[in-house]
Amino acid sequence: MSEISHGGQPQTVVVLGATSAVAERYARLQAAQGARLVLAGRDPRRLDAIAADLRARGAAYVHLAVHDLASPSAGFDAAWAEMASKLGGRVDTALLAYGILGDQKAAEGDIAEMTRQLNTNMISACAWLTVAANQMERQGQGTLIAIASVAGDRGRKSNYVYGAAKGGLALFAQGMAHRFAGTNVKVLTVKPGFIDTPMTDGLAKGGPLWATPEKVAADIDRAARRGATTLYTPWFWMGIMMIIRNLPSFVFNRMKI
Amino acid sequence: MRQTVTSWGNLAMVEHDVETPRFREEAGSLLTTLVARTGTVLPHGLGRSYGDSAFNGGGGLLVTRHMDRCHAFDANTGVLRADAGLSLADLHTITVPRGWFVAVTPGTKFVTLGGAVANDVHGKNHHAAGTFGHHVRALGLRRSDGSLRTCGPDNDPDLFRATIGGLGLTGLIEWVEIQLQPITSSDMEVENMRFDHVDRFFDLAAESLDWPYNVAWVDCLSQGAALGRGIFSRGRHAVSGPLTAHPGGRTLAVPLTPPISLINRPTLRAFNTAYYNRPGASFAGRCHFDGFFYPLDGVLHWNRVYGPRGFYQYQCVIPPGTARDAVRELLARIAAAGTGSCLVVLKNFGDGAPAGLLSFPMAGTTLALDFPNHGSRTLGLLADLDSVVATAGGRLYPAKDARMPASLFTAGYPALADFRHHIDPAFMSDFWRRMGQVPERSARA
Repeated sequence: MSEISHGGQPQTVVVLGATSAVAERYARLQAAQGARLVLAGRDPRRLDAIAADLRARGAAYVHLAVHDLASPSAGFDAAWAEMASKLGGRVDTALLAYGILGDQKAAEGDIAEMTRQLNTNMISACAWLTVAANQMERQGQGTLIAIASVAGDRGRKSNYVYGAAKGGLALFAQGMAHRFAGTNVKVLTVKPGFIDTPMTDGLAKGGPLWATPEKVAADIDRAARRGATTLYTPWFWMGIMMIIRNLPSFVFNRMKI
Repeated sequence: MRQTVTSWGNLAMVEHDVETPRFREEAGSLLTTLVARTGTVLPHGLGRSYGDSAFNGGGGLLVTRHMDRCHAFDANTGVLRADAGLSLADLHTITVPRGWFVAVTPGTKFVTLGGAVANDVHGKNHHAAGTFGHHVRALGLRRSDGSLRTCGPDNDPDLFRATIGGLGLTGLIEWVEIQLQPITSSDMEVENMRFDHVDRFFDLAAESLDWPYNVAWVDCLSQGAALGRGIFSRGRHAVSGPLTAHPGGRTLAVPLTPPISLINRPTLRAFNTAYYNRPGASFAGRCHFDGFFYPLDGVLHWNRVYGPRGFYQYQCVIPPGTARDAVRELLARIAAAGTGSCLVVLKNFGDGAPAGLLSFPMAGTTLALDFPNHGSRTLGLLADLDSVVATAGGRLYPAKDARMPASLFTAGYPALADFRHHIDPAFMSDFWRRMGQVPERSARA
């Protein structure tokens, strides 16, 4: 599919959380099409390694923006404006991909820790969505992609702090999709299931429920091009979560999940 | 993290302490961690080695496949430097659209650069281009003392030659720089020709030396006047055409392991007869390089067809002076036993100097095929084949092996004594233990 839009210019993409495994695979797909990219993240050495790879894969331009995305010292507006200016003031796609799994037990016993997890996974993410959406509204065009989680579809004892943050983020993005309905600004909420990445290294892996970051990134790319508003990836999670959401409490609350 | 790991032959599930760095900068410290926890470590790529050369049972296994970033690719010179975990499949998505292809490719694209170096893999163009190691310009080797040694043909050449084909025992290959070959099309021009007896293979191979890629398929069940009948296939990169890294079309997969091997005497005989007589067995035309080099990659997990007991692959090389007689003898014994595989590869290697101390290819003829694992019956046949190989002065390929006697390995690899000086003391594999190449105190109980 052609990545060329408005006057033959390559697509411009901002990746928030560019060292995440899914974000990197998504960026590789864009690089192969000759995209211009800004990679935002915290670790300059890792960003450097990723940037070199994306250039070799065909990216026309890669700029590194080193920020603590959960609390950028320059503030969200200024940090965003700087990234957008590196792309000539036009951002075709913004992918919000950072997040932490967080320690549920620690968050239950420590308000500061709980607040930190909610801020990283939801509040700061909503701030980025806001500045990015305003940019795209001014442009009259653009695609915003927020990576939430199936964990946000129903609160569970094993990870409700993470789930609440991702569920809140999904609700926020859903509201934005409503705000921009009928315009050329698209907002896609992604709800991945289990992905085999370093973030999930503490869990027992393997089996049919686990997906690779390549597969998830390719699904996101296709859904974004289609203009979809919600994506469960892999697809079967839509069915699983429909069941989970609709289980009555007297059944659900007996389950150890 | 404790994990069981299996190799391509599915002969064993082996528990390891596994670490999987995503970034090259993590590799050194994870290496140290594994050595501290278990005493030994071995790098592991995409798990396409057939036997135990990529196992380090009970010890540390450093899996490199997520360390897969390209550092630089120069589309003018065809020089590419990348992390050792980059696969050839992924490499080609970067280089083929810009007109570059690996100088040497094995029969699967699902191998890492590090694995290609550590096994000094070869391909259908050995007679023209040598092995993968001949096209390595430099590599970065992390030793267990924490040092990073950069070596190449002119830089630390002894360590370099030990690392090429060094089975991962000289240290962790962190990155590799290779010279690619220019191509102007991703299509191949191919000629397939039937031959009715193995003797005819040697004639065709001699007549085809000006083709860069030569290989033959053999019907391993045919006997008597039709002994070693097969199809000779030669190819070269087409001069013009598209430059696409991967052809369209669906990839199939064997979804699960059947309870018994699907490869047995009746199915094999039916397949071989149909394959030998198919219209494509005599053919001249074009196809994408994927179908020419990687026919089995089109079916993911094809190794499952051999059932839960797995299979042995047997690959030997016989020197030119004894090759005709020994290959005939090997094929006769295999056909008499009535076993083997659909894919049987016969090829003549060139006589260039080897790239590494333990490189498998040498001047002569190589024969490779699989055997479903039927326990002692299979092992007995393979021991029989060993005696033919040993008498003929040949040797076996460690990357394919799960059972050769140490004596055959020692006799086949005269540079072993030199190689030993370059082994990293913390690096170890099950293959190496099995070959008895370990001082007693560090051998696993």
